[in-house]
Amino acid sequence: MDLAKSLAKNRFARLLLKDWGKLTVIGIPYVFLILLFTVPFLVVLKLSVSETDGIHFQDLSTYADGVVDIKIKLSNYIFLTTDPLYIETYWSSIKFAALNTFICIFIGYPFAYFMARSPASMRPALLMLVSLPFWTSYLLRVYAWKGLLDDHGVFNNLWMWMGLIDEPIKMMHTGFSMTVGMVYTYLPFMILPLYANLVKMDLRLLEAAKDLGATPWKAFWLITVPLSKNGIVAGSMLVFIPSVGEYVIPELLGGPSTLMIGRVLWDEFFSNNDWAMASAVAVTMVVLILVPLAIFNKYQADSGGVRGV
Amino acid sequence: MANSPASAAAKVDDSRFVRIDRLTKRFDEVAAVDDVSLDIEKGEIFALLGSSGCGKSTLLRMLAGFETPSVGSIYLEGNDIAKMPPYERPINMMFQSYALFPHLTVWENIAFGLKRDNMPTDQIAERVETMLNIVKLKPYAKRKPHQLSGGQQQRVALARCLAKSPKLLLLDEPLGALDRKLREQTQFELHNIIKKVGVTCVLVTHDQEEAMTMADRIAVMSEGRFKQVGKPNEIYETPSCRFVADFIGNVNMFGGTLEVDQPDHCVIDTMHGKFYLDHGITGTQDMPVSVAVRPEKINLQRDPPADPQYNCLRGEIADSGYFGSFSLYRMNLASGMKLQIQITHTERHGELFQRGETVFATCAPDSLVALTT
Ligand SMILES: Nc1ncnc2c1ncn2[C@@H]1O[C@H](COP(=O)(O)OP(=O)(O)OP(=O)(O)O)[C@@H](O)[C@H]1O
Ligand SMILES: [Mg+2]
Repeated sequence: MDLAKSLAKNRFARLLLKDWGKLTVIGIPYVFLILLFTVPFLVVLKLSVSETDGIHFQDLSTYADGVVDIKIKLSNYIFLTTDPLYIETYWSSIKFAALNTFICIFIGYPFAYFMARSPASMRPALLMLVSLPFWTSYLLRVYAWKGLLDDHGVFNNLWMWMGLIDEPIKMMHTGFSMTVGMVYTYLPFMILPLYANLVKMDLRLLEAAKDLGATPWKAFWLITVPLSKNGIVAGSMLVFIPSVGEYVIPELLGGPSTLMIGRVLWDEFFSNNDWAMASAVAVTMVVLILVPLAIFNKYQADSGGVRGV
Repeated sequence: MANSPASAAAKVDDSRFVRIDRLTKRFDEVAAVDDVSLDIEKGEIFALLGSSGCGKSTLLRMLAGFETPSVGSIYLEGNDIAKMPPYERPINMMFQSYALFPHLTVWENIAFGLKRDNMPTDQIAERVETMLNIVKLKPYAKRKPHQLSGGQQQRVALARCLAKSPKLLLLDEPLGALDRKLREQTQFELHNIIKKVGVTCVLVTHDQEEAMTMADRIAVMSEGRFKQVGKPNEIYETPSCRFVADFIGNVNMFGGTLEVDQPDHCVIDTMHGKFYLDHGITGTQDMPVSVAVRPEKINLQRDPPADPQYNCLRGEIADSGYFGSFSLYRMNLASGMKLQIQITHTERHGELFQRGETVFATCAPDSLVALTT
């Protein structure tokens, strides 16, 4: 009896242990997301709608004499939608992020394609080269572009010395310099998912397309590109989302003409010290980016189904 | 009737629908296909049969245009196509893994090749409809390949490469991905469809049954070369060499030397006994010759035959298997060799031989084949 009991207990314990293992594995990403994304976001959300004297934030709800008093201040959001500066900045951020994404696709696709079709023995080396820039600080690398693009930077000096131009071309602190910096920084994030997708592709599909009369060019557009759609989408997300809120590159390489929401955010937080307003800007940015992307993703998942590749 | 010799020669050339002339393909100096020549007639189903790595796919891929021959030429209706890119050849291939486009529906897969020819939309629809009917997949037109069973995918692949009405259809292990039961059923269906469409077809397989039942002619390949080309029954009944005899079906092979060689008969002496064959071979006295005999061409009897000098082997039944319509026996010869015998049960109460029984195996002179290579 005792033995049977202890065995049963043991089995129960083992089951629990097994389930715990499962729960832990599933739980880790959830805990991570809750602690590092949801909680901070809720904090920021709260800041954006609470009454403040500039230093202290009041609670959203107070309880006194049996009455719950909930106070949500929307003036920051109302101000956001009425002040053209904010609207223009959001619009400009999205435009620059979209431009950056398109250029990254344009440069990254042939790059990833070339990597994926190169001999298997060369691929690790090429992958290394793509991830090599990560070995130095991103700040330093962006800063280095200053030295290249400045009025008295490497390019201008070289061109003047060669006699191509008489006076320096203004490149620094323009949309051009900022876009160069953004493309340079985000290109690996486009190349890597595209490469991962293209390298898995079944090359017999291309042979089949050619066999059925498609020229290599047609086969590329009708087979390779549609089949790498998931890679394009993944790369675009990885490039587009962070570049909308990018702060460092606009700060170092951008100028007065390159309105970016990241800089406005920084100014609100640290120059104006208006944390409530800054929080509202941040929340609006997250909603503006995430909602359309979430809808897009859901649509993708619904229409795509399980794919053979 | 009054053709000049030159135009007569051209005519002969044209009558050979596909001509493969001394084709060689080397990968890193190793020949995968080695000096192969072949003519294929219009409307013929031709099978390339051989074990893994013998170069079947390489030969097929050269016909499709995915590999360029190192040496040699390929003619289709008299035109050299060896340098033509695959998308310009009037040849379509069905891939071993089908290679269906996963992002396109069944309908779009079949229409893919037609669209590349800039066929008008209504004609494409009509043609795809016809193909769907032929392969009986009409209800599945809107599905994606991953929503189909293996057999259905195979039929889509077939419809896709037949849609363009190719002059030559290439099939690489068309049934390789199907399970055994489906294979047998599909084999006949495939054969019927190809014959109905009337397309000339080259088929690659490593399954001899598949080759025998589907093909009009077979080439047995080994190490990049053709060992024998012929009709299925020729290859089975009159193999040209030991390799072919051994590769196709079961065979008992006795190594020996040539003792008597006459135009109408020959005698071959082996350590197991002497064999009398009803055909002569062009050889020299005492040259090594093998005698091959198929298991079903051997008779078993308990009493010694009247003339035990030739074509008679004495031994003991080692084991037996009863298969209903026939029995398989294995017989130990005094020489240590094991003989395979297949006896068809033509009588209901015919006798069966028991393990350990001493029996005599005999065969007719015309059932033996002498092989010198
Ligand atoms: N692209 C290639 N590069 C180098 N060697 C190759 C290549 N393709 C085939 N080979 C070699 O050529 C030989 C014949 O290959 P092939 O694919 O034609 O064989 P197969 O008869 O189709 O075999 P299986 O029945 O296994 O498909 C093999 O030894 C193979 O290793
Ligand atoms: Mg093969």
